[in-house]
Amino acid sequence: MSVGASESATLGAMQVLGEVLDVQRSGNYFLMSVTAPGLAERARPGQFVTVGMGGEESSMVLRRSFAIQGVQVRGMYGGTLDFIVSPVGKGSQWLTKLRRHDPVNLVGPLGKPFTLPTKPVTCVLVGGGYGAAPLIMLAQALRERGCRVDSIIGASTEEKLYGSLDLKRVSTSLTLATEDGTAGIRGRVTDGLINTLDSSKVDVVYACGPMPMLASVAEECTTRKIFSQCSVEESMACGIGVCMTCVLPVIGEDGVTRMLRSCVEGPVFRGDRVRWADIGTIPEGTWGGEGPRS
Amino acid sequence: MTPTIISTVKPSPESTFDLRTHLGSLELSSPVLTASGCAAAGRELDNYFDITAIGGIVTKSIMLAPRSGRATPRMAETPSGMLNSIGLQGPGVESFLETDLAWLQQRGARTIVSIAGRTADEFGKVAAKLRVAGGFDAIEVNISCPNVEDSGQVFACRADISAQIIQTVRRNSDNKIPIFAKLSPDVTDIVEIATSVSQAGATGVSVINTLLGMVIDTQTMRPALAGVTGGLSGPAIRPIAVRCIWQIRSALPNLPIIGMGGVRTGQDALEMVLAGASAISVGTSIFNDPGAPMRIQRELEQELRNRGFESLTQAISFAHREVIEAVIEDEMGESKDESEQDWDFISE
Repeated sequence: MSVGASESATLGAMQVLGEVLDVQRSGNYFLMSVTAPGLAERARPGQFVTVGMGGEESSMVLRRSFAIQGVQVRGMYGGTLDFIVSPVGKGSQWLTKLRRHDPVNLVGPLGKPFTLPTKPVTCVLVGGGYGAAPLIMLAQALRERGCRVDSIIGASTEEKLYGSLDLKRVSTSLTLATEDGTAGIRGRVTDGLINTLDSSKVDVVYACGPMPMLASVAEECTTRKIFSQCSVEESMACGIGVCMTCVLPVIGEDGVTRMLRSCVEGPVFRGDRVRWADIGTIPEGTWGGEGPRS
Repeated sequence: MTPTIISTVKPSPESTFDLRTHLGSLELSSPVLTASGCAAAGRELDNYFDITAIGGIVTKSIMLAPRSGRATPRMAETPSGMLNSIGLQGPGVESFLETDLAWLQQRGARTIVSIAGRTADEFGKVAAKLRVAGGFDAIEVNISCPNVEDSGQVFACRADISAQIIQTVRRNSDNKIPIFAKLSPDVTDIVEIATSVSQAGATGVSVINTLLGMVIDTQTMRPALAGVTGGLSGPAIRPIAVRCIWQIRSALPNLPIIGMGGVRTGQDALEMVLAGASAISVGTSIFNDPGAPMRIQRELEQELRNRGFESLTQAISFAHREVIEAVIEDEMGESKDESEQDWDFISE
């Protein structure tokens, strides 16, 4: 497994004033397509963009971050990119009300991307809710490398499933799971994952979704000694590594736990490195913590 | 409409406008700085603008030992602002000197190092290590971080403790190094604190740090921050910052002030300059616009030109002019005192 991401993964980030091309409703979510010349061309699977909220005089001072679902680098607009918005807050609701030609202030591509295998291996992609969005771009990249891609996506109910059509097109196989049984198997994505891991040889698992889902995916992979990469969703203020808001406890090569920034040291982390159960705390022994240090 | 690329633009071409400013013995090419805690050690921002083209970088407060900071959530957005509860996460002074300061020096950025400590003694030890290392332009002493859990009250709420820390830092620093005390607005009389740190050896003051605030999440019906309280920053606090700068300038006409608190545009920066700030730090606005310091510097220059100023210095404290004119009338015929340079602009 080669390590594609480097410390300088965000050095290619830039600020661009783009414009809205399209806003499309998809279940409970909205798919935004925007022009992002220069930015889109640099984006790799797993990276994200931040969007300024409410215009220049806005009382919302913080940008919102969105995983990149896909990019188109040619065409009459130059580079364009797609991302998914779940309109749960004031900012995301403002964003989904934008219309074609409205300006959008974008910064990106940000964060470390998923690392891609150099050989045509077997990959399983696990997505929860709109966490399936970045897996679409990832699946395409993996297929271009000749990998087998089995995708498993899930949500509490069908309305909250996202990306099944796109993922079906780019994956070798697609499994759906809903907790209420309205689509696919009744249950969680981890049930589907366990079936796949137990019935076939899997080389690497990629996951994006809510933290509890990522924790289970990482645990199932780690117990089976399967390499996993999880893209986390932490609330961020800056997205560029200066504010120290989006930290979580991650075990380093030296065995020491550090509070790492998910915007620049993530959002993709090795599943076996994140201390999932301790997110939201400073675990004892953390570098620079109050407790005894190793 | 062709989408335009913003903020990756290079700094404006050779400008003849004089943006130079002085902070004690320190001369900077521009009054625009980054605010401590909002720019890390400059490296990330160098990707969005040339960090050597602004006045300087004020680094995130560094402590003696590595520090993990507080648990998450550490942030909550508020109307025209935000609360943060980071808790001074950082690598400790040794690592800072080896990596961050070394990089800033090699990059050629003017650097004001912000330091913090749990006790006066710790502040002194950090200052002593800085003195040995060298390679920076000034020290900002963060005696007002509201997120240090072991102190019930920030140092900057007490004039005597503030003075004690500044004295200790002064004793452990090179005589020529300007020292700025960063003050909290959460006090009854900020002039009393400013006077006290000035007498204790501070070159000037940085005003203001964040205000202590709190948000309760009405969904979970619990405090939104893991640390319960946090520091309020952003445009919401700007009028408080302007008031603090004004009060200190009125009482202490010769004390250099670095102004900060919600500066988002060149016009905001000008407001602080008019109130009496010789330099302006840009903080929370960086989170909204990573190129903000460079943009604000350009905008400030334009705002000054638009008003007929020929240099930044002419605009410093300009909003006090009627008061100053009245004082001059009172003192007519008396010998000029040492604050003469501050009054040059009234030559008309």
